[in-house]
Amino acid sequence: MRRYGYQSHGLIEALHSAQEAFGYLDDFTLKYITRALRLPPSKVFGVATFYNLFTLKPQGAHTCVVCLGTACYIKGAREVLSAIESAHSVKAGGTTADSQLSLLTARCFGSCALAPVITFDGETIGKVTPEAVAQQIAQRLTASALR
Amino acid sequence: MNLEELNAIATNERTAQAGKNHHLHVCVGTACQALNSEQIARALQAALRQRGQNGEAEVKCVGCPGLCSLGPLVEVASRAKAQEANELPPDADRRTTVLYQFVKPEDAEEIVAHLGGEPVKRLETPLDQPFFARQTKIVLENCGRVDPERIEDYIAAGGYQALLKALTEMTPQQVIDEITHSGLRGRGGAGFPTGLKWSTVAKADPNRYPTSVPEGIQSRKFVICNGDEGDPGAFMDRSVMEGDPHRILEGMAIAAYAVGANHGFIYVRAEYPLAVKRLRTAIRQAQRAGLLGNGIGGTAFSFNVEIRLGAGAFVCGEETALMASIEGGRGTPRPRPPFPAESGLWGCPTLINNVETLANVPPIILKGAEWFAGIGTEKSKGTKVFALTGQVKNTGLIEVPMGISLREIVFDIGGGIPDGKQFKAVQTGGPSGGCIPAQFLDMPVDYESLNRVGSIMGSGGMIVMDDSTDMVEVARFFMEFCMDESCGKCIPCRAGTVQIHRLLTKIQQGQASERDLHTLEELCDLVKHTSLCGLGQSAPNPVISTLKYFREEYLAKIKPDLRARANGKTKVEEHG
Repeated sequence: MRRYGYQSHGLIEALHSAQEAFGYLDDFTLKYITRALRLPPSKVFGVATFYNLFTLKPQGAHTCVVCLGTACYIKGAREVLSAIESAHSVKAGGTTADSQLSLLTARCFGSCALAPVITFDGETIGKVTPEAVAQQIAQRLTASALR
Repeated sequence: MNLEELNAIATNERTAQAGKNHHLHVCVGTACQALNSEQIARALQAALRQRGQNGEAEVKCVGCPGLCSLGPLVEVASRAKAQEANELPPDADRRTTVLYQFVKPEDAEEIVAHLGGEPVKRLETPLDQPFFARQTKIVLENCGRVDPERIEDYIAAGGYQALLKALTEMTPQQVIDEITHSGLRGRGGAGFPTGLKWSTVAKADPNRYPTSVPEGIQSRKFVICNGDEGDPGAFMDRSVMEGDPHRILEGMAIAAYAVGANHGFIYVRAEYPLAVKRLRTAIRQAQRAGLLGNGIGGTAFSFNVEIRLGAGAFVCGEETALMASIEGGRGTPRPRPPFPAESGLWGCPTLINNVETLANVPPIILKGAEWFAGIGTEKSKGTKVFALTGQVKNTGLIEVPMGISLREIVFDIGGGIPDGKQFKAVQTGGPSGGCIPAQFLDMPVDYESLNRVGSIMGSGGMIVMDDSTDMVEVARFFMEFCMDESCGKCIPCRAGTVQIHRLLTKIQQGQASERDLHTLEELCDLVKHTSLCGLGQSAPNPVISTLKYFREEYLAKIKPDLRARANGKTKVEEHG
């Protein structure tokens, strides 16, 4: 916020930084930003809920994002998504009961040549299949649990 | 930095590069990077060190050469044998090039061992295949050649020459004239003449509309680079930003000089972390070299660039919404006029151009309008970058001259449809575009022809569909996208997209009657003509075009008894 001299046009950048630091935007953070930038709370909450990237809910320890862009969609991303949903018993947009895994969907990663694509904690996994995808994720989950 | 200093850097860098017998280019675009291409680069370096060859060969991480489906790609350019033996004059840096596909880190040693000898046959892919031979590269000429994280490499490839030429030899008006004569049109999709836009901003009076520029920004006009590439299935801008970030900065600086702006913004999607990182590096390097900032190239011209991140809203690709987002608000569009060229960011005259448009600027300034106008068709000049994806053999990034036929793109460059299936349609323009059926395969690709068949050029996503694709489902998919991404400001778009989606779902479930189909058409027409911004105006395009060319698929899904009843009813009405 200081970089933009506490001016209102730095709002989105401030929200990005806050989400990067805390993983999500809670009420306290939003109120703090509201005061610091001297903006009405309605504007801050409005912006935070308008953009898809900001989340007001705490996320799981790991995040898996399934791309539902056109190229991935045509190559069967929907089946990939439902395979993950049933294997890890989590709905798209939700987090598993043990808060280990958040499952999200995205518009397009721009990695269409590798379609269908998912990312796991920022690592891109291309050309996935509904049969193998659940196991690929489970492997990564256990690998990180061991570490 | 002045021109002499720039030339000195270029010469230095070129001499250093010419001293190496072998250049190994490893693609580190998002797609190849996801397949561990950075590890490959490290393995190649290690193998070279092991053999004591690191003095004569250089490993370079470069942007995307385009053929993503065969990635990770490694290109090896070796000096010709004759030259090694000093039979050729030393200034003729002639090289033979080999391209390796599906490279794994384990292959590094084999590649290094074969340097200067026969290429590794197992991994080789021919460079004269139509995928490469049919392309004309202007925007992408440096992608796959230049290390995006080193400004020296860009300068050695002729970078920033155009900026200094414009600043020292041309007046702003001459720059605008050059762009106007070149016939360059906006590459974001709508195809507005770039020269006209520039001259409008240049002429605009910053005091005509009330402005509210924040403290600390010393400019009353702005240049914005639109890198909010939201269309699913499109990744042209991402590749340029990742592979050749300095080109965009140079294009922006030339644009700023022409219109009289001193501050610029690059608006990039937060989903492209690699592009953001490389652009940040590039801005830092250009500032240090005195090619951005105050007094560029020893002239009085100053220009600063900032990066602004998007936050996952498709509508922010619309220019007024994008500016609202830069100002820190919700990305909702507003009615035009006044156009951004007169009252844009904080009320100031603002030039807003797409990444690809700006990337076209430096070569036009350097090589002249005549050269550029010689490529393409009468009304659409130059080249266009497409992201070729979907059910086609060679997926990746291509740049072709305007006026090439769809058949050449899909069957020659794309290599046709895999698995022995038949071509059905090609979708251009993302959620705003339409599906083009097989009967138009020989149509030239330019702005007007695509509009005529109910699609748009769009930003350049091109998704090929084979005969197993369900067109109603495709239309429903795009409508779902537009429904989610509608910002909610105007009613036709907010409510209309929901209703269209509901009707399409009903058709898909086999619950619809023919009357629903009629309602669907009416609704599409309404949303198209009454929405506030481009999102709503173009949202029905996929439905309209599939209805036009694949109507039988819709009819097949209509409940048989409902169809009969609907037919019966109309007959009675006619007789009554």
